Amino acid sequence: MNFRHAKTFLLGALVLCFLISLFANQINSYWLFISYDIGVNIILAVSLNLINGYTGQFSLGHAGFMAVGAYTAAVITNQFGELNTFASGAVFLVALLAGGLLAAVTGLLVGIPTLRLRGDYLAIVTLGFGEIIRVIFQNMNAIGGARGLSVSHGWANFFWAFGFAAITVYVVTALVHSTYGRGFIAVRDDEVAASAMGINPTKYKVTAFVVGAFFAGIAGGLYAHSKQFITPGGFNFMESISIVVMVILGGMGNTVGVIIAAILLTLLPEGLRKMAGIEHIPGFTAEFPLSWVGEARMIIYSLLLIVLMLARPQGLFTLRKSLLAK
Amino acid sequence: MTEFLQQLINGLAFGSILALIALGYTMVYGILRFINFAHGDIFMLGAFAGFYLAPKIATFLPMPSIAGALVVMGISMAICALVGIVIEKFAYRPLRRSPKLTVLITAIGVSLLIEYTCQNDHVFGSAPKSFPQILPVYPITKLGGLSLNSNQIVVFAVTLILLLALRFIVLKTKIGMAMRALSFNPEAAALMGINTDVVISFTFGLGSALAGAAGILFAVNYPAIDPLMGILPGLKAFVAAVLGGIGNLPGAALGGIIIGVTETLVAGYISSTYRDAIAFGILILILLVKPSGLLGKKEIEKV
Repeated sequence: MNFRHAKTFLLGALVLCFLISLFANQINSYWLFISYDIGVNIILAVSLNLINGYTGQFSLGHAGFMAVGAYTAAVITNQFGELNTFASGAVFLVALLAGGLLAAVTGLLVGIPTLRLRGDYLAIVTLGFGEIIRVIFQNMNAIGGARGLSVSHGWANFFWAFGFAAITVYVVTALVHSTYGRGFIAVRDDEVAASAMGINPTKYKVTAFVVGAFFAGIAGGLYAHSKQFITPGGFNFMESISIVVMVILGGMGNTVGVIIAAILLTLLPEGLRKMAGIEHIPGFTAEFPLSWVGEARMIIYSLLLIVLMLARPQGLFTLRKSLLAK
Repeated sequence: MTEFLQQLINGLAFGSILALIALGYTMVYGILRFINFAHGDIFMLGAFAGFYLAPKIATFLPMPSIAGALVVMGISMAICALVGIVIEKFAYRPLRRSPKLTVLITAIGVSLLIEYTCQNDHVFGSAPKSFPQILPVYPITKLGGLSLNSNQIVVFAVTLILLLALRFIVLKTKIGMAMRALSFNPEAAALMGINTDVVISFTFGLGSALAGAAGILFAVNYPAIDPLMGILPGLKAFVAAVLGGIGNLPGAALGGIIIGVTETLVAGYISSTYRDAIAFGILILILLVKPSGLLGKKEIEKV
């Protein structure tokens, strides 16, 4: 994406989201509902791409930050009854931002001790933190514990989901292309050389982590208000993995590719579900039914991971030679 | 006091199973410097191999018997070793020269592939299965109020025998010497005429066989098995390997015991709902305080 046009892009995207949301009642509600998922996944994947792709820190705990944002936003909006359009918008915005901020603070707390670690150690520790966050939510009875929390307002709509997706894309692109942001790429390419040039790698890693966690929190808030029911189990390790798959499929450090991957991988399970609904395909009988296709999402994800790493480690949508393979 | 001893014994039994899994992590890390994420799933496959083998063995051997259990365990270990070697050959070997992150992602992919394929109803199915009784169980009642049975003793004994066998292989045999040479310096080892591919395959086979044995021991003690049973013990065993100093064999065993005992004590005295967070807490603590682990040597990064 050309950075000089980024502000125009942001404005255009926001206006477009607003216009489309005006006609939202014309859209099939099934597709509308999926479009919220797409928006949420774009936010998650693009923000994780800042950490994994641009800064080169492999984090497996993104779903933990998402959980923090989801619970915070849900607890805030649950305090309110029915509101008019304007008031609900204001409350929702505040709730989302609060969720994002709390997730960012969590990211800071997690990031400062762990980001001294590298590579696979960091992956395991972020995974561990994600699981610890989940266990903590499971033990908080005030917000439902393992039984989950129902969210009274379904305020997520096309405007919010894609508006925040556009903001995420804008912030991540602008950040990486700024003078300051070149440091992220320097840290990824060679940490030792970067620190010899006077860049503080830990500071950059923590910044990437905090910004990434902030947007993951926002995505969590949107997710909570689109599904209207959240459980700690919904933010487990598998959820983190599916975000990682989006980033890897799209190509680490390739924002456009990651957006395409997020869209495709959100539609994939829906497509599989549709296929599973087709009863009569030659060769598929009662003994060998098609129903397993719908459950095959994770098998496809895992195969994608292996095949991509063996054949195309730079991701499907990156044309340049891999940034990873050096 | 009795309760404390009871918790300690339970913890030691769980800890020795973790130790067996941790050895596989630490051996692979020592040689290839990467975390074999799929190791916990090999542990699961070991338990399932036992589940499907037991009825077949029972046709020619009396089933709850020591001989039957030994045969089941032996064949399961062989199956796991084979799976480990196959995974290494097809998933990891082509990536030998790739960046570590690529291999790590592949390993996560392999792990998920095993888990979700096994959850399919045409393979194992996701519902927990009850592991058949392959060993005769004798309650041991002479020790005050302790509730102890022969299975717990068997876990200690088998772990100890396997540890000694592993020690013998690594320290006294030619292939063990090659393994140590490889972990010290792969290029120099290759120059000295060591066939690195064979040694790496052997290491994967050895580690996977130990994980398979751990799977059987786990299933004998906690007889409900399912395709996702390997995830948490796998992660905890990895933590154990890091705690002991990754790449260090006695360290992995020690780490396993420490994690197992700590977790059981915390679950018993503080809160059982936090038990799965304990291992990660220990991991974060150890990486902050002494990243090289209890028995590990500090590595200096050369630029």
